[in-house]
Amino acid sequence: MIALRKVSVRAGGFVLRDISLEIASGSHTALMGRTGAGKTTLLEAVCGLRPVFEGQIVVGGRDVTEEPPAARGVGLVPQDGALFQHLTVREHLAFALVVRRWERDRASARVDELAGWLGLRPILDRRPAGLSGGEAQRVALGRALAFHPDILCLDEPLSALDDDTRSEICEVLTDLRRRTQVTILHITHNRREAERLADRILLLRDGSIQISPHSA
Amino acid sequence: MSDVVSRPSPQRRHPSDRVFFACLFILSGTYVLLLAATVLADAFYTTPGHLWRALQSPEIQHAIRLSLLSCTLTTILSLWVAVPVGYLMTRLRFRGQALVDALLDIPIVLPPLVIGLSLLILFQTAPLRLLERVFPVTYAVPSIILAQFMVACAFAVRTMRATFEQISPRHEQVALTLGCTRAQAFWMVVLPSARRGIVTAATLAWARALGEFGPILVFSGATRMKTEVLPTTVYLELSVGNLEAAVAVSLLMIIAAVLVLVLIRGWGLDRSLHHPF
Repeated sequence: MIALRKVSVRAGGFVLRDISLEIASGSHTALMGRTGAGKTTLLEAVCGLRPVFEGQIVVGGRDVTEEPPAARGVGLVPQDGALFQHLTVREHLAFALVVRRWERDRASARVDELAGWLGLRPILDRRPAGLSGGEAQRVALGRALAFHPDILCLDEPLSALDDDTRSEICEVLTDLRRRTQVTILHITHNRREAERLADRILLLRDGSIQISPHSA
Repeated sequence: MSDVVSRPSPQRRHPSDRVFFACLFILSGTYVLLLAATVLADAFYTTPGHLWRALQSPEIQHAIRLSLLSCTLTTILSLWVAVPVGYLMTRLRFRGQALVDALLDIPIVLPPLVIGLSLLILFQTAPLRLLERVFPVTYAVPSIILAQFMVACAFAVRTMRATFEQISPRHEQVALTLGCTRAQAFWMVVLPSARRGIVTAATLAWARALGEFGPILVFSGATRMKTEVLPTTVYLELSVGNLEAAVAVSLLMIIAAVLVLVLIRGWGLDRSLHHPF
C-alpha cells in the first residue's frame, strides 16, 4: 500500500502542494497528466529521490518520508531503462542482491527465476549496448523487482517502444503482477496502455489528483 | 506532404557547396600540413646518432627519469582531485558555483610564466616559508610536480566534468533505489561508467605535465641533475647552442606525445567524449 498524505514537493521553481492519494496493495495504478504536470516529481518523492517539505509518505504501513531511497523498498523503472552500460544482464538482475549481500546461491536462484519470467536466459551475458528496446526494459524490470520491493514505480517505461514491443511489455507487466503481487504506480501518457494495465487511472491536473471517470 | 527542405547527398553536391567545402579544405589542409611539416622537420634534422648521443648523456637520462616520475605523480594527483571536483561541479548546484567555475579555469587561461611566478610568491608567504623549512619545495623536485599539477589538473577537471555530464543522474538514482548508499552508487555505477573519461583525463594530464615548461623554469629553476625535466633540457641545450641535442630531445617528447594520442584513439575515447577544449 502507498499513501501520500498532504504531500508538498518542489521541483525547480514549481511546487506540488497537498497531494493526497492511496494506492491499495497489489493494485496497478496509472498516473496520467500533461507534460510538466509533476508526475515524475511525485514518483521521485515516493522513491525518496526528491525530498518532500510537507506531508507524509507511507509505504506498506511504514512512514518512509524521512528514509533514504535504499530503505524504502521501492523499485524504479525509468523511461529509458537507465541500464548500467558496464554490467551484463545477469549483473543487472543481481545488482540489488549484491548490494544487500545475499548469499551467492540464493542470489543465483533469484536471478534465474527472474530471467525465466522475463525471457532473459539467452541474453544473460550480454551488455546493454547489444539489447533491443524491449529487452532493455525487461532487464530494467527484472533489476527493479529482484529484491522483492513492495512497490514498483514505472516512469513511462513503454513510451520509447514500437507498438509490437509495447504490447509484449504490457503482457510481461501483467504476468509479473500476477506472479509477484507487487503494487504498481505507473506514469503514462497513453490512455489505451493505462486502460489495458491499470485498475485505476489517476489524473494529475492543476496540482491536484483526480480519479479518471474511465478507470476500470 | 513532401519534404520542403531537401538535403543533397554527399555524392551530389551543389556547385556552391563545392566552393564552400573547397575553402574549408584549403584552410584546414594548410594547418594540418603545417603541423606535419614541423614534426617532419624535426625528424629530418636529427639523426639516429644524435638521438643515441642524447640518450647516453647522464644529464638527459636524469631529465627523462625526472620527467617520467614527475608526470606520473602529477597524473595520479590530478585524477585524485579532478574526479571529485568534476563530479561535484556536475551534480551539485550551490551558491558561488560560477565563481568556483571561473577559478577552476584560471590555470588554463593564465600565461604559464604567471602561474610559476604566482607559485613562487605563494611560497614566500609566512606559513609556506615555515613549511619549506621542513619540506623544501621551491627549486626542488616537489616544485616541479606542483607546477605541473597546477595546469594538468585543470585539464583533467575539464575532462571529468564533460564525462560526468554525459552520465545521466538517473543511473545513480536507480542505484539508490536498488539499495546503494551515495558512496556505493558512486563506486559501483558512476566510476565504472566514467572509466573512459578517467583514462582520457589521465593521458591528457600526463601529456600536459610532460610539456610544462614556463612555471617549472620560474618555480623550480633549471639546475642540471636536480630540477631538469625534458623541456628544461631543450631550453638548456638551446641556450648553449647545442641544437642537435635540443632537437633530439624534442623528438623524444614528440614520440611520447604521439604515443599518448595513439593510446587515446586506440581506446576509442575521442569518439565517445566531447572534449571541452
